[in-house]
Amino acid sequence: MTELLQNLIDGLGRGSIYALLALGIAVIFGVMHLLNFAHGELITISGYAAYAMFQADFSWYVVAPAIVLVSIAASLVIEWVAFSRVRGASDFTLLLTSFGIHFLVSSVFILYVSASKKQFPRPGWVTNTFAVGDLSIEVFDAVVIGVTLVTLLATVALLQRTMFGLALRGAAEDFDTARLMGVKSNSVIRGAFALSGFLAGIAGIFWLMRAGNTAPSAGISPMLSGVIAALIGGMGSMRGAVLGGFVLGLAEVMLRSRLPDGIAPLTDGVVFLMIALLFIFRPQGLITVARAERV
Amino acid sequence: MLEVSGLTTKYGAISALRDASLSVGAGEVVGLIGPNGAGKTTLLGSIAGLLEPSSGKVTFEGVDVTKASPEALLRSGMALVPEHRRIFVDMTVEENLKIGGITRSGAERSESLKEMAELFPVLRDKWDTAAGFLSGGEAQQLAIARALMSKPKLLMMDEPSLGLAPILVDLVFDLIDQLRADGRTILVVEQNATRMLQAADRAYVLRSGEFVAEGTGTELLERSDLFDTFVGG
Repeated sequence: MTELLQNLIDGLGRGSIYALLALGIAVIFGVMHLLNFAHGELITISGYAAYAMFQADFSWYVVAPAIVLVSIAASLVIEWVAFSRVRGASDFTLLLTSFGIHFLVSSVFILYVSASKKQFPRPGWVTNTFAVGDLSIEVFDAVVIGVTLVTLLATVALLQRTMFGLALRGAAEDFDTARLMGVKSNSVIRGAFALSGFLAGIAGIFWLMRAGNTAPSAGISPMLSGVIAALIGGMGSMRGAVLGGFVLGLAEVMLRSRLPDGIAPLTDGVVFLMIALLFIFRPQGLITVARAERV
Repeated sequence: MLEVSGLTTKYGAISALRDASLSVGAGEVVGLIGPNGAGKTTLLGSIAGLLEPSSGKVTFEGVDVTKASPEALLRSGMALVPEHRRIFVDMTVEENLKIGGITRSGAERSESLKEMAELFPVLRDKWDTAAGFLSGGEAQQLAIARALMSKPKLLMMDEPSLGLAPILVDLVFDLIDQLRADGRTILVVEQNATRMLQAADRAYVLRSGEFVAEGTGTELLERSDLFDTFVGG
């Protein structure tokens, strides 16, 4: 029982970051039908911005909010430089564009910074733990879960209570009809990229805090986790993306602690196998996006 | 108010609409009838900015809007109730109406929400229900109310009676009468030709992408040569 609770907390901590990444991917997918393989580059770019700020002796208190701002700005710049040029193109063109951005960003850092990792300090409390009964809880996990919860609630409020949120949901459900209502396509797409950048920024803070370094290929791992979590949840569903993030985090932690020693290093492989099995039985993911027409 | 001249719209090499011209004056209810596949929806889509015509011109209140986007056209005062209603099924009735008034100020929007609740009692009773749970008739009323939320100068409706039970078809045409009495300008695409001709001031008959007749409702109703067009032949 204790072990299960322990796994649950560890899994929620890990899953929180995945949920934020997946939600950012789902927001873009909803509005543009684009599976954004460049999403992880927001963390790569934020990572180098953090590295530069640490070189200039800034502390995490300044760097953390800066990461969010850099991530939002990078997301908007990527939209403006790349995606706005292929507006109205096929989904496949958009997908290729996102791959292009992914390779371009990592190449720029290899060419102009370095191919090797750049280290920066991790905050001291990242590895601290505190005890609740028999449970040993990482301060880091508690902070991640708390901040994620607040971020998700703020996002829900934005989507439910503001006209921008209404426009975004409308565009995600039926883009043409939203335009017929007067929703400006460019504004709603830019808004989606800003929101996606914000969510990636919050996730990026924790990702970078835990890693303590960045590299030209640093975005691949968070991008893959986010994309997989979004797929598990059911592409196109924002709720599903969040759920998928937590499911992926929990699955990873549960498997790592329960698989026999010989197989434990292959946890990622086992997770992928389980995802493959999930898609055999539920190709649409956990949450089905209903677009049924009642007559 | 609306002038369409020589409009041609193609899907690939096929012209779904050829050289269409029509006009709608302020306060008029104009019908656009014709069988399935005649190009009616293509014409509305081309006017509303969803489809790009390959030639021809659309002017709205004297301004050339041929290449304008749907969002710009809505701002200039044109609203379309799209074919199959296309309400936002994941949103509540209230949210659907709010998004219909997205271009207006908060105060104007609240005022229009009240008006819609009065005009459509059925919707008032389901205010917080997800629109996906509405019946066909309720959904059609929501689609019309949502379009009215922008206070359009010109309201266009694409097949508002499609798929509705006869009693609900009555309701849709009563609503058109009521809107006309309010002095609104309306362009309606309909397959239900007889009902449309009774409700419209003027009408155009479209067949295979071309206009074949034009006149007042009563004139067209007496044209027996068009009968096969009316019944979808």
